[in-house]
Amino acid sequence: MTIITGSTALKPERDWTIGWADVGPFIALAALMVIGFAINPDFLSSTNLGNVITRSAFIAIIAVGATFVISSGGLDLSVGSMAAFITGITIMFMNRMAPEWGVSAIPAGMLVAVAVGLFCGLMNGLIVTLGKIEPFIATLGTMGIFRALITYMSDGGTIPIDRSLRDAYRPVYFGTVAGIPLPIVISIAVAAVASFILYKMKYGRKCAAVGANEDVARYSGISIIKTRTIAYAIQGACVAIAAICYVPRLGAATPTTGVLWELQVITAVVIGGTALRGGKGHVWGTVAGAVILELIANLMVLSDFVSEYLVAGVQGVIIIIAMLIQRFSK
Amino acid sequence: MSSVITMERKGWTPTAKTENPLPNPVLRAANVSKQYGPVTVLSEVTLDILPGEIHAIIGENGAGKSTFMRVLSGYAEPTGGSLSMGDGDVRFTKPEQAQKAGIVLVHQEILLADALTVAENVFLGRELMRNGIVDDKTMRRLTADKLAELGCVVSPNALVRNISLADRQLVQIARALLDDYRLVIFDEPTAVLTGEEVERLLAIILRLKEQGAAVLYISHRLDEVQRLADKVTVLRDGKMVGTYPGQTLSQMDMARHMVGRELAALYPPKRGNVATGTTLAVRSLTVPGFAKDVSFNVRKSEILGFAGMIGAGRTELFEGIMGLRAATGSVELSGEAIDIHSPRAALDAGIGYLTEDRKGKGLLLHERLAPNLTLSALQRFHPGLVMRRRREQAALSEAVDQYDIRLKNIGVTAGQLSGGNQQKLLLAKVLLTTPSVVVIDEPTRGIDIANKAQIYAFIQQLVSAGKTCIVISSEMQELIGICDRIIVMREGRISGEVAGEAMTEHNVALLATSDVAMESGEGGKR
Repeated sequence: MTIITGSTALKPERDWTIGWADVGPFIALAALMVIGFAINPDFLSSTNLGNVITRSAFIAIIAVGATFVISSGGLDLSVGSMAAFITGITIMFMNRMAPEWGVSAIPAGMLVAVAVGLFCGLMNGLIVTLGKIEPFIATLGTMGIFRALITYMSDGGTIPIDRSLRDAYRPVYFGTVAGIPLPIVISIAVAAVASFILYKMKYGRKCAAVGANEDVARYSGISIIKTRTIAYAIQGACVAIAAICYVPRLGAATPTTGVLWELQVITAVVIGGTALRGGKGHVWGTVAGAVILELIANLMVLSDFVSEYLVAGVQGVIIIIAMLIQRFSK
Repeated sequence: MSSVITMERKGWTPTAKTENPLPNPVLRAANVSKQYGPVTVLSEVTLDILPGEIHAIIGENGAGKSTFMRVLSGYAEPTGGSLSMGDGDVRFTKPEQAQKAGIVLVHQEILLADALTVAENVFLGRELMRNGIVDDKTMRRLTADKLAELGCVVSPNALVRNISLADRQLVQIARALLDDYRLVIFDEPTAVLTGEEVERLLAIILRLKEQGAAVLYISHRLDEVQRLADKVTVLRDGKMVGTYPGQTLSQMDMARHMVGRELAALYPPKRGNVATGTTLAVRSLTVPGFAKDVSFNVRKSEILGFAGMIGAGRTELFEGIMGLRAATGSVELSGEAIDIHSPRAALDAGIGYLTEDRKGKGLLLHERLAPNLTLSALQRFHPGLVMRRRREQAALSEAVDQYDIRLKNIGVTAGQLSGGNQQKLLLAKVLLTTPSVVVIDEPTRGIDIANKAQIYAFIQQLVSAGKTCIVISSEMQELIGICDRIIVMREGRISGEVAGEAMTEHNVALLATSDVAMESGEGGKR
């Protein structure tokens, strides 16, 4: 029985507020296009845009994985060296199998890449969750390990892909589907699957809950360990997919493959609208973020204003500005 | 001249003015209003705060108490009306200005740096210097003096993280009283304290009054207001209901003025003894550092209370049972053993736990209501691959109706709800896991009186529907009002149990504080 006679609750209405985090990255992307066109009309040519977006595909694919990790309250600094390591292992595996299996060594190598990626991600995840080590430190450690492994495997030089496989593998980076470069198709597919997982499946809810407030998640019966470890495994798989696309681009793995990718990846996630402290992830924002980064680099090359050697510096500035915006917009 | 001397701080010691029938007010608020955008949260509040007087401000959550207090202490600027002190109008745009004028605020939350010492905290941001070097020695001495004045025995060198919650609050008060003060504002000072600690604090407040300072006292605890206040001002929906002399106002009157409606009894009538069988059986449960060898049974349809001082290990005991803390021992629900190492297992087995910390551990404050509601029952709501949002929305609408959750629109986030409505949402969230035993930790903490009564009624409905309810509370009256039986804990152990006629504040307090009660049997140990 109710003791106090109160008025009935207000009738619920749907409200359609859209936050800056949802549209901000796309507005920035559009603004950048306009600026680019003003500086150099060639900027918007389909060849140039196609090239730029294709180049941003690796970062976009990895950053989609990073969206899971960061959304769940983690961080992964090892993605760049992990990509190099997976690239190396994949090429070595394909080269070893090529004489026996011929071109079918390529799909087998891709499976190996994904398996290695999942394993590396799982390791990162378990060190962070079961080992209870700060994600920053744990993945700083594995970053060093992966980098050392690829340097060791390549003996400080390069691991080139076998000649017999080169032509068959080429289309994975250089091919097109309905006129769209394959890497773009792959990154859109990865992002589509990721947004399905993050927004349509229970796991996405758990991921955001763990990232937003670990205690609330725990008290709600959600396993922090499971949720976060899965996020790292997804990250590993995404790194593997990016590595698979990357192999035909240079045709080799080197100790400098993927250097500073972690900076670009985290920057893409943050300017995409996902808070670095965790919470709701913005998959499509992340993709826009990756494209923005590559567009800026491209603008720098096209415009002659700033030396292209300063690209990483500009990306560093962007992540700091993006963090400042996140800090002061709340 | 040494800088130490000039910076020596003393409490304000006014001349006695008790003979004067109408001393000049320390602070006069005239038609003070505050608007945030189009929303008026405070409307034309007028009152005089006299020296040597304890003036209580009461009102439901959202009545404008906090806003008024923030306006007085410089945390918010009024949008209408004026404040005057003695010689003329004053306007505070920053808390520092109010502080300089002698208005100090003792915050409800403990705002201290855990990793620093007591003395460092007291002087934080206004360290004393000697020849350009921080003068720790003098600061420690002054801190020790101030704490002694407040009857607090912690060392100025102790780290704040190592001292009790009650002592932290005293440190915070010492910090506030370091400067000259003419008006001390206490915002819900006893919310985190129990029994003796409350008494100690009330004594301090009375002493401030005797020294001639004006005290503004904001509290939900009407019994304290009745004991302390010379005057009581009631706010409702941002407006002043009136100022009443404290002596003549009963708690019932206060509640009536606050709510603006007639209140029936706060607690639902007891149902008599309908409890049967044993639902939950806990055997030798130990949570290292918090609870030792605790065993008890709960019957079906029973409301069992857990009383005790803060730190008695009640919350931790149940966190152990829920798998939220490392624990040993066994728990059986309806005869079946439960894994006590996994929160998921406990929830799935049918034990639901409402945390006492609903903002920190209960709800995702930045998330909307539907995801919050279903967070612990995701599997049940979305058995397939894809989430069923419509089903979730329907559940939310139902919960909003059933638990009378008041909201502006369905798109608000949990953080935008009032405390009472958050608690109702949390209750709905836990009940979605269809528990047979519901553990509610501090069911009405920080909740206004109307919502309190509703929560009690919900608890009653739960047990009428055959569920079992365990209520952990620091408010003895609440436990006595709603429970069939009360288990009292002290220092991690069960110190006794009372039921029926033996459920009195006296008995519960004795069991919660001393060994004597058990030996003499006065606590009604059965």
